[in-house]
Amino acid sequence: MVDAPSADNNAAEAFLQGGSLRHAPGPYFGSYGGRWMPESLIAALDELEETFNKAKDDPEFRAQIADLNKNYSGRPSLLTEAKRFSEHAGGVRVFLKREDLNHTGSHKINNVLGQALLAKRMGKTRVIAETGAGQHGVASATAAALLGLECVVYMGAEDCRRQALNVARMELLGATVIPVTSGSQTLKDAINDALRDWVANVHNTHYLLGTAAGAHPFPAMVRYFHEVIGEEARAQILEQVGRLPDAVCACIGGGSNAIGIFHGFLDDPSVRIYGFEAGGDGVDTGRHAATITLGKPGVLHGARSYLMQDDDGQTIESHSISAGLDYPGVGPEHSYLSDIGRVSYEPITDSEAMEAFRLLCRTEGIIPAIESSHALAGAIKVGQRLAAEDTGTAKDKIVIVNLSGRGDKDVATAAEWFDLLDKDSAESEIGKEGEQL
Amino acid sequence: MASKAQMTSKSAAAIDRARAQGRAALIAYLPAGYPSVEESIAAGIAAARNGADLIEIGIPYSDPVMDGQVIQAATTEALANGFRVSQVFDVVAGITSQTDAAVLVMTYWNPVVRMGVDEFSRRLAEAGGAGLITPDLIPDEAAEWMEASDKYGLDRVFLVAPSSTAERMQRTVDASRGFVYAVSIMGVTGARSSVSTAAKDVVAAAHAAGAERVCVGLGVSNADQVREIAAYAEGVIVGTALVKTLGDGGVDAVAALTKDLSTGLSPEEA
Repeated sequence: MVDAPSADNNAAEAFLQGGSLRHAPGPYFGSYGGRWMPESLIAALDELEETFNKAKDDPEFRAQIADLNKNYSGRPSLLTEAKRFSEHAGGVRVFLKREDLNHTGSHKINNVLGQALLAKRMGKTRVIAETGAGQHGVASATAAALLGLECVVYMGAEDCRRQALNVARMELLGATVIPVTSGSQTLKDAINDALRDWVANVHNTHYLLGTAAGAHPFPAMVRYFHEVIGEEARAQILEQVGRLPDAVCACIGGGSNAIGIFHGFLDDPSVRIYGFEAGGDGVDTGRHAATITLGKPGVLHGARSYLMQDDDGQTIESHSISAGLDYPGVGPEHSYLSDIGRVSYEPITDSEAMEAFRLLCRTEGIIPAIESSHALAGAIKVGQRLAAEDTGTAKDKIVIVNLSGRGDKDVATAAEWFDLLDKDSAESEIGKEGEQL
Repeated sequence: MASKAQMTSKSAAAIDRARAQGRAALIAYLPAGYPSVEESIAAGIAAARNGADLIEIGIPYSDPVMDGQVIQAATTEALANGFRVSQVFDVVAGITSQTDAAVLVMTYWNPVVRMGVDEFSRRLAEAGGAGLITPDLIPDEAAEWMEASDKYGLDRVFLVAPSSTAERMQRTVDASRGFVYAVSIMGVTGARSSVSTAAKDVVAAAHAAGAERVCVGLGVSNADQVREIAAYAEGVIVGTALVKTLGDGGVDAVAALTKDLSTGLSPEEA
């Protein structure tokens, strides 16, 4: 197949000539995106698209979002300079966009509140969601509780077993958690089962997809709800240091936190943008989730995008210490931004991420999510590269990292990784299984 | 529609042969490679010799979002046993060489994308296949497939659903060749105790949009349900019940069930 049609080159050319990459409406991002979905769901996607398009132009809806962001989630999130951490990143100035301080502890709340409001607008009384280890499930259960919606979360059976506390957390919030026993029993299979539920219950149910992937309008819509991250970060850095950063870094699973912060800087050519994928045990080991780095374009879960797949087009299972990045696909806009060269995507191994995790704990007193630790590890590399460049001194270089979530959920995994636990402790047993939120 | 009529359609011909006998057509679904490649060929031949006019061979896929548990379990087993996508052409050729049935392939789209739409189409045509049923490919995304199916003379069977708007129904009917696959219910594959009344409405809407052949699938498992659908549709598709039977009782059981299902095709036998 032809993977780089002229549309991509035209867009890249247009960008270089001052065109805009912001607010791409979908359904296509270059040759990516679209709707590779059963006909049964197309009417629901059309309804969602129409509802979303009307809502975002409706001052009342925007006011509702702004109110929830401010008075429920706690936005704007801070932009914190990480001075001691910066010393390990070539001496450049590193700033952290503190999505970890949002209610529920990550960026996920931005999207679930927006989609739950849309569900109410469509008159739907029930939301369903997929979750890997629980982050998006907990956020969805939270939004459903707040807005009085029934919530059902699909979660791999194995994840349910090792994340018993998160299952309890979702249930405390009033959600029903359904263990998924089909296929590989992982996040992708949880999405498959959520889609099967949606086909059967679409008359009263909204599928609250957790990342900027899937069929149109999900990628553009989820990005819209996360754009606030980049808008705030851009305004905050201008206010704090009076100029744009040299680089922006984020971790990529499906890519929702990343597309949210990237969006604020896409049209600033001086800002280099980096997405860090989960390199797992290393991209040469086969045990990783470096979808853009090593995947090939394909269709999964409704969109054409880079995909980890074998020669037959069967999806390959991904591996990462970070449950939130452990997905064999990626949002279509990222595939496009990679192809046109606007964003650089690089893998970060489990080991590199965990070193950055420990470093931030000890230099800044902030325990980051292991997902976000991939962005921190990437920022160290980017900082060192910037410092090595001829232009200006390191101290004049600025890097923003999207700290997409807090790491309280990852304590057992980290304790096991750093061998902090008594071998016979219950926590040690849990840690071996990869306890994460 | 004139251009479509001029292109030979194996599926349409098979349905028309049934119609000439005053009955609806029976379409039997079986997954390739389940429980083995050889047995899936034998099962397809058995179905074709016992009343199935068309055979629908499913390609086992890692993420079958439109399938219920029985078919998921069967295709997962086929993959675990090492099934490779290119073997579907062996299965198609194995059945077409032994029977007169039209043999279509039912596939999620990514395996076709991976092989290359043109390459896949060429090999399917060489194997004697009639065309493709594409559960997660809508006409909106099918430009490459439209071109390849024309080039190799293959049928393109798209799905319509109870949720399809009049506009989408028209678009899908116009894009289809061979027949239109009417999804009887909002849901995934799997035997159900009764066939949704929505099915009749979907078929009527497809006919109104100009479809000459509409076949109903999802949830059909016995001769009574076949009889009910045969009264208003040109064909009846049975999947899960046959797959379960193949797993439980092997090829002979498939032959027996197909024979029984086929008793529901003629109104006079009702």
